[in-house]
Amino acid sequence: MGGVSLFQDDFRLIHQSLEKLQQRTQANAILLIDRAGQLITSVGKTDKLDITSFASLSAADFAATKQLAALIGEEEFSDLFHEGERENIYVSMVDSKVILVVLFDKRSTLGLVRVRATQISKEISEIFQNIYKKLEEGGPTTTSIVDAEFTREAEEEIDNLFK
Amino acid sequence: MSLINYASREINCKIVYYGPGLCGKTTNIKYVFSKVAPETRGKLISLATELDRTLFFDFLPLNIGTIKGFKVRFHLYTVPGQVYYNASRRLILKGMDGLVFVADSQTDRFEDNIESLKNLEQNLVSHDMKMDGFPFIFQYNKRDLPSISPVEELESVLNQKGAPFFEAVASQGIGVFDTLKEASKLVLRLLTTT
Repeated sequence: MGGVSLFQDDFRLIHQSLEKLQQRTQANAILLIDRAGQLITSVGKTDKLDITSFASLSAADFAATKQLAALIGEEEFSDLFHEGERENIYVSMVDSKVILVVLFDKRSTLGLVRVRATQISKEISEIFQNIYKKLEEGGPTTTSIVDAEFTREAEEEIDNLFK
Repeated sequence: MSLINYASREINCKIVYYGPGLCGKTTNIKYVFSKVAPETRGKLISLATELDRTLFFDFLPLNIGTIKGFKVRFHLYTVPGQVYYNASRRLILKGMDGLVFVADSQTDRFEDNIESLKNLEQNLVSHDMKMDGFPFIFQYNKRDLPSISPVEELESVLNQKGAPFFEAVASQGIGVFDTLKEASKLVLRLLTTT
C-alpha cells in the first residue's frame, strides 16, 4: 500500500509556492489536499476554517465531479469553481495526485486565480515528481519514525482514547 | 494511503466503515463521536438524505495524540449502504488504510451482507487493491435482535480469510470501541512494516 511522506525541504518549497500564489492573487487562503481528503498544508487565513472538514469535502467534491465528467465522456473536469456572495472557491487538480484549493473574495477575480494557479501548479507538480523520485531511490521511509516504540506508544493512546 | 508529513509532524490514516444499507455504519461513527473526549474529535459531517440515510459519506476526524513528536489522526468514513449509491461508495475507498465491514446479523439480511462484500471486492479492483492488502475487521452488528444468524454461520460465509471480528450492538455502543481499537492498531502496525 505505502504512504506519501513529505520531508522538510519539499514542504518548504511547497509552502513557498503557495505563499507566492497567495500574494499574486490576494487570495484569503490556499490549501493543498491529497485525493483521499487529507490536508497536506495551507497558507493564509485558516484560523476560522474547519480545515480538516474542508479538506475532506473538497476531495469528495472533486471525486464526485470526476465521476460526473466520466458520465459525459470526459476524463475529468480539471478545475471547479464555486461562487458565493462573499467568498469563492477555486479547486484544481495538480498532477493527478493533489488538489489545490484557493479561497478568494472580491479583491481577486476567477480569471486571475485560474492563470496564477495554473502557473504554480507546474511548480508544485515538479516538487512532487522529485518527492516520488526520492522515494523510489530509497529515500527516508516511514520506518525512520514509525518503529516498534512508536507503535507501542500509539497503542497506549488508542487504549486510553477508546475506553 | 497514510499521509506522513515530516514537516508539520503529522500522520493521518483513513478507516472506512463498509456494509449493506441500515447495518449500522453511521450508528458506529455517531457513537464514537458521542463518547470520545470532545478535544480529541473534529466535527462529524454527514452527507445524508432528508430521511437520514447516508447519501455520500459520514466523516469524523479523531486525534489519537502526539506520539514521538508526531500528531496522529484517524479519519473515519462511512460509505452509503444502499445498492444504488455504488459510485459514491467506490470514491470513499480511495486512499483507505483500513476497513471495518459492518454486517447485519439479522437472518433476513444475510444475503445483503454477502452482496455487499462482493460489491466491496469489485470496488477495490477499481483502486488496484485486493481484499487481503490492508487491515480488515468484521463487526457482526445487531446481536440484540431476535432473529439473528449464529456468529459461526456469519464467520464461515463472510470471513473466510479469518480476519478479526467483533460482535456488536452499535445502537448501545456495545463492541463499537473494540472494533475501532483493533482497526486503528492494525493500521498503525502496518505503517511500521511499510
